[in-house]
Amino acid sequence: MSETAQKTTPLYQEHVRRGAKIIPFGGWLMPVQYTSILEEHQAVRNNVGIFDISHMGQLIVSNPAAAGWLNTMLTNNIDKLEVDQGQYTFLLNERGGIIDDLIVYRIEERKFLLVVNAARTDEDFAWLDRHLPAVEAAVSVANQVRIDNRSADFGGIAIQGPRVAELFHALFGEDVYPPARNHIVDLDLDGMRLSIARTGYTGEDGVEIFFSAKDAARFWNAVLEKGERFGIKPCGLGARDTLRLEVCYPLNGSDLSPERNPIEAGLGFFVDLTKPNFIGREPLLKAKENGSPEKLVAFRMQAKGPPPRPHYSVFDNSERIGEVTSGTLSPSLNYGIGMAYVSAPHARIGSRIDIGIRGQKFPAIIEKKPLYKKS
Amino acid sequence: MNVPDDLLYAETHEWIRREGDNVRVGVTDHAQSELTDVVYVELPKMDRQANSKEAIAVVESVKAASDIYAPVKGTVVEVNKALEANPGLINREPYGEGWIFVLKIDNADDLKQLKDAAAYRKQIG
Repeated sequence: MSETAQKTTPLYQEHVRRGAKIIPFGGWLMPVQYTSILEEHQAVRNNVGIFDISHMGQLIVSNPAAAGWLNTMLTNNIDKLEVDQGQYTFLLNERGGIIDDLIVYRIEERKFLLVVNAARTDEDFAWLDRHLPAVEAAVSVANQVRIDNRSADFGGIAIQGPRVAELFHALFGEDVYPPARNHIVDLDLDGMRLSIARTGYTGEDGVEIFFSAKDAARFWNAVLEKGERFGIKPCGLGARDTLRLEVCYPLNGSDLSPERNPIEAGLGFFVDLTKPNFIGREPLLKAKENGSPEKLVAFRMQAKGPPPRPHYSVFDNSERIGEVTSGTLSPSLNYGIGMAYVSAPHARIGSRIDIGIRGQKFPAIIEKKPLYKKS
Repeated sequence: MNVPDDLLYAETHEWIRREGDNVRVGVTDHAQSELTDVVYVELPKMDRQANSKEAIAVVESVKAASDIYAPVKGTVVEVNKALEANPGLINREPYGEGWIFVLKIDNADDLKQLKDAAAYRKQIG
């Protein structure tokens, strides 16, 4: 894809102005780092960091039949959501493969916000739109399920790290508190309407905030200014990736794909098979019954050495048993870490495996997720 | 970006310092900046013979692995062991303590194929 075809977020000029290194990512020009992936990573683990997540998609599904219909499209159970609550869930194809992983919020009794991966937004929208319930003459237009792609209207930032609560109070006042985990609230700040969710992709406490695209630069700079005394750093996609991988959050397109289902990815917790019907349910029931041939495991290299990377082979002695889907040097552990799909008999915590790197084998051990836990 | 006048450069972003019959080789300031934080270096084997433009070392950042090429035909006579414990030297001192290997060159005329500082500056814009 040529650079001219890439989209930019409403914060693009801020990234350029601050000297970020820009790379194409999922059709967007995004900052990969400002100063150093390692420094930005540590800022989030020890203090607080801010990320541009404006590239993520926002779909709004509304009207009286929305909940019932979404429950046939997504794996988790919408009925468990109270107003202002969100849940992690999957959009599956007919084979049970993952089109996208996303968070769905019930923002009103009959209105839902889906926050989806940037590179999948158009595909998700097209899939959902194609599966809208057939229009029945007897049902008034106002009662038909409606889906709107509002992605271009919103900017978004994630503020993540142990000092996020302090920063939140500095921004909104001592008597204003962030919402509970996985909940979303609307707040106003200097005339800006902000939707604030207590979610994140780093393993730290944090919030993800969405707002009108026109407010993006003003809010971004306000957070950086107020965050200065808490050691805030603007962070790029590089640190976002090392942070999420240390806590084994999957990345769609790497660890998840239309050829992989949530059961083999070890994410069955977010699939409610007791629901009578949703797309992909039958193949998942079979996968659960028969066991998956492969499973997504987390591993850590046994010694210092080259970091594992996606597509490296995984071995048990001379037998090839799988392939790495994500890998990096963990800045917190200072060892190579990764995730890989390996054949089920080998997918045991404590198993010794080898990672093939440039024709050599480097020993690793399958570990419990998450690989990094706060001490 | 720092591009010292007294060095030669390869199109693949290595710098080359003539030291008698040998050349000392590292990656440029521009290259280290593009690579981002270097976290692992695979050094070439001592006494290895290399052709010009042959990949003989690997520099790995958090994001990616990048090949480092022999700028001219020669034999590896020295490698920077300090990078094994401290790969970040490549980011901090690309033209100093961050050097990667020394080649004994087969034919000094080969150095004429390399760029001078002005030409390399032009390449990286």
